Amino acid sequence: MIDTFVIPLLKILIVLNATLVAVTYMVLLERKVIAWAQSRLGPMRVGPYGVLQPVADAIKLMIKEDITPVRADKWVFTAAPIISMVPALIVYAVIPFGPVVNLFGRQVSLYITDINVGLLYIVSVASVGVYGIILAGYASNSKFPLLASLRASAQLISYEVAVTLTLVSVILMSGSLSMVSIVRAQESSGVWYVFVQPVAFVIFVIGSLAETNRAPFDMPEAEQELTGGFHTEYSGMRFALFFLAEYANMIVVSSVATTLFLGGWLRPFPGVAALGFLDIIPSWTWFLIKSFLFLYFFIWIRATLPRYRYDQLMRLGWKMLIPLAIANLVVTGIVKVLLS
Amino acid sequence: MGEAIAFYFISACILGFALLVITTRDTVHSVLFLVADFLFVAALYVLLGAQFLAAIQILVYAGGIVVLYLFVVMLVNLKRPPEAHSDPHRLTKLGIGMSAAVLLELGAIAVYSSRLPATPVAPGAAMPVTGNTEQVGWLLYTSYLIPFEIASMLLLVAMIGAIVLAKREL
Repeated sequence: MIDTFVIPLLKILIVLNATLVAVTYMVLLERKVIAWAQSRLGPMRVGPYGVLQPVADAIKLMIKEDITPVRADKWVFTAAPIISMVPALIVYAVIPFGPVVNLFGRQVSLYITDINVGLLYIVSVASVGVYGIILAGYASNSKFPLLASLRASAQLISYEVAVTLTLVSVILMSGSLSMVSIVRAQESSGVWYVFVQPVAFVIFVIGSLAETNRAPFDMPEAEQELTGGFHTEYSGMRFALFFLAEYANMIVVSSVATTLFLGGWLRPFPGVAALGFLDIIPSWTWFLIKSFLFLYFFIWIRATLPRYRYDQLMRLGWKMLIPLAIANLVVTGIVKVLLS
Repeated sequence: MGEAIAFYFISACILGFALLVITTRDTVHSVLFLVADFLFVAALYVLLGAQFLAAIQILVYAGGIVVLYLFVVMLVNLKRPPEAHSDPHRLTKLGIGMSAAVLLELGAIAVYSSRLPATPVAPGAAMPVTGNTEQVGWLLYTSYLIPFEIASMLLLVAMIGAIVLAKREL
């Protein structure tokens, strides 16, 4: 009873809440880091150093007027933010934050579930998320959101190919689709996959920047050309849902990158026994540190690089990343066959 | 018991959404119901213990193909209702004929499969691999290698055809 219902429900509760809090603080972190990069202070008014800014933002968004444009497609307009948000959250079901640990005399796994098609589940659920963006643009019945949503969905579909191909080379290495088994495979081989699959890692990072609509690939939200993006017509809490979904997706992507390429919950150099003292730090802390560094990298990129042009983005995706990913996959397969 | 309830619920949803797909006037809504339909089909696969197939179903159909449908529907903008044809019943005979053919085919499959022994093809015990994905892969690359290759050839031909059609001069 406790093992089948109470503990999974508690885990879901904790992961969901932690995610939403992390998302709101991610926004604050982004504003702060970009401010520092530009020699500003960033939010300073609400609480010491602005730490309560997310609370203020949440209250503001909740009490704002919720407008539905008169000529909008009401049902789809309402459904679009939900369709965006739900895939971004249910992906956390298979992300392993740590191994099975002993907690209060009970064996508890630090992941909600470990299904044997975990990675495929993530990819397919994420591919449903694109509907939120397309439908938001369509249902608004307005020019700029429609243009933005066409851009966004073309971008997402194009980069999904390259990213999924890099995932295939990781699957080839680990021989499993289960997220936990992929980390275990890195543990037994004693090396993070970022060192054996550097090309796949670089493609994954670039592709995930594009898939989360982040700078320098944030064309769907280019204010100068589109006045705001696919969510131009949204206000209040519905806009907040899109916002949350975008940042939740960033956290998903960094968690997946951590699991697949950076050894998940493993300490650095898991094969070197001399670094065994690092095991004092609990495994889930390693996971969080790596994911945080990845998220910081996302913000850093945004503060550093100017936006790509749309045709440049498409050329990079189709003519460079996808061929490179296929070549990487073929080489991985050949090496794997030769070594076995 | 629980499985039966789940099966009937999912099947009812699949049929219901399928009906909505063909009865809805708004094309975009129709495509959305199609997505919902595919998601419930994936749920049916999960119920059958075919998780790999379920994930592929969502990835390929819901996440890939229907997105392209939606693209086309949005780009050609079918906001106005489809024009009434002069003769709405012009395709009735064809429709009835096609439906009858499909029904006949399904009936034939049902009769044929009920005559076969319980595990007709490729018993799982003979496979050296366990796990859903591994078994699908094993079967595809051993017993069904030639159908698999023919299917990939077909996709390749379709791809080349699309490129030739889209690009007038290569």
